[in-house]
Amino acid sequence: MLCENCGERDASIHYTQIEKNEMQTLHLCEQCAADKGLQPGVNVGSFPLTDFLAQMGRSGPESVSDGPCAFCGLTLDDFKKTGRLGCSHCYVTFDTHLGSLLRRLHGGTQHVGKVYLPPDPSRAEQQERLAGLKRKLDRAVQSEDFERAAQLRDLIRTLEGAV
Amino acid sequence: MSDNGFQDVGLGWLEGSGAHSDIVLSTRVRLARNLQGHAFAARVRDGERQEIFEHVRTAVQATALNGGAGYELAAMPALGRRILHERHLVSRELAGLSGESPARGAGLFMGPQDAVGVMVNEEDHLRLQAILSGLRLLEAFHRVDELDEELGTHLPFAYHQEYGYLTSCPTNVGTGLRASILIHLPGLVLTKEIGKVLQGISQVGLTFRGLYGEGSEVVGNFFQISNQTTLGKSEEDLVEHLQKIVGRVIQYEMGAREILMRDAPTVIEDKIWRAYGLLRYARSLSFEEVMNLLSGVRLGMSMNLLSGLRVYTLNKLMIFARDAHLEQAAGRPLRDAESDLHRATYVRRVLATEGDVSADAGDAPDDR
Repeated sequence: MLCENCGERDASIHYTQIEKNEMQTLHLCEQCAADKGLQPGVNVGSFPLTDFLAQMGRSGPESVSDGPCAFCGLTLDDFKKTGRLGCSHCYVTFDTHLGSLLRRLHGGTQHVGKVYLPPDPSRAEQQERLAGLKRKLDRAVQSEDFERAAQLRDLIRTLEGAV
Repeated sequence: MSDNGFQDVGLGWLEGSGAHSDIVLSTRVRLARNLQGHAFAARVRDGERQEIFEHVRTAVQATALNGGAGYELAAMPALGRRILHERHLVSRELAGLSGESPARGAGLFMGPQDAVGVMVNEEDHLRLQAILSGLRLLEAFHRVDELDEELGTHLPFAYHQEYGYLTSCPTNVGTGLRASILIHLPGLVLTKEIGKVLQGISQVGLTFRGLYGEGSEVVGNFFQISNQTTLGKSEEDLVEHLQKIVGRVIQYEMGAREILMRDAPTVIEDKIWRAYGLLRYARSLSFEEVMNLLSGVRLGMSMNLLSGLRVYTLNKLMIFARDAHLEQAAGRPLRDAESDLHRATYVRRVLATEGDVSADAGDAPDDR
């Protein structure tokens, strides 16, 4: 659909208004909408990562590794261009850069959710996983989700048997 | 895989059950997971994708997904891929609909129970998802969490002591969890309160999008609201926070509807009945038009101004009146104008058989 105002660009803003009990919808392109002072409250699909990435590496210490990642060959520049990491080793290679990025994106860097238990776990991994499951169990009991609590208890018992 | 291989796949959420299903169409929770020892999507080699697909295919057989449907997208005709995308089961990119054909190894597995599935070789190696009708966030999380438990015992996931589950994009790292609800907010749009509400949403760590995900346009007053951050909070906290905020958005929406009915009842009723009339009798309808009209009719149903309509019927129209679904029903490709004719015919037929509202003559304006 073309913009009703300029008739040139695609209409991307559909603005409905009621005036004197009459409803009217305007189909406008972003520019004409802006000219009329009709701005959507927030930009749809706006993505903060690009801004963060642009800031990356500017104030970091010189000694920090900019890659390339020994496993996948990704460089810091590649990452800044695409916003995508190449492999799990990238999280180690670019650790210094990522720490501050993750803090800005998420407000912290420490995962406090589910603890993963790999198919062939070490004892420490099993203990950590157990602690994670017990946190979940407490929570399920608190919120009186007894079905969930029973499932978690079974998981904990199985795991305790294996440790 | 034949085109008839997915007659009902992934359509459980249309049923219109669950809390607030007139306003909240669906709840979706997805978990992003990657396999140790393989590069992520950006650096993965073509042959490696296929290997990953095979790993997942084998692992899936030991989970609740066993006995369900599996799709290797590169081996499917375009129509089938478009249908899966129209059902929100695969992303545009994975389905190879954004220009490039689908990568080898791109796939989808759906469980026989339908609500859970896993996308393979999307931005992350695995995207586990659960989709339910209505507002059922915790339940959807539990469903996908169970699948994650099962798959995790067979597949080595990339996991970091501090950062949690590792993902291709740092915006997903940690829990890898994105919980989102598809919500219909015509009241807030009509009262122009929507901007404020959406701004508020983005200030409390949530984000919103259009109907078909990131970058897609807001059509028919349908919005997707989801958590923005994934690290530093537990899965349950993320889900409960979204639940709480969505509850508030629903309240605002109800409030806006009350204001509309108080200040402009005739305008609203007229709009709703016009929308119904067009859907019921028009001979040519674009998809965008259908969505906008369905928005009006949905509002009418939700406010008990149109009786005899079911949520299921309206949900169904949102999917089956899309181009690829119409082509499948027609059994041949349809040109644009032709699509619009088929769409109108389909909508008319559905409303005639299951959407016949009692056309109350109503009070004369003078009686009000």
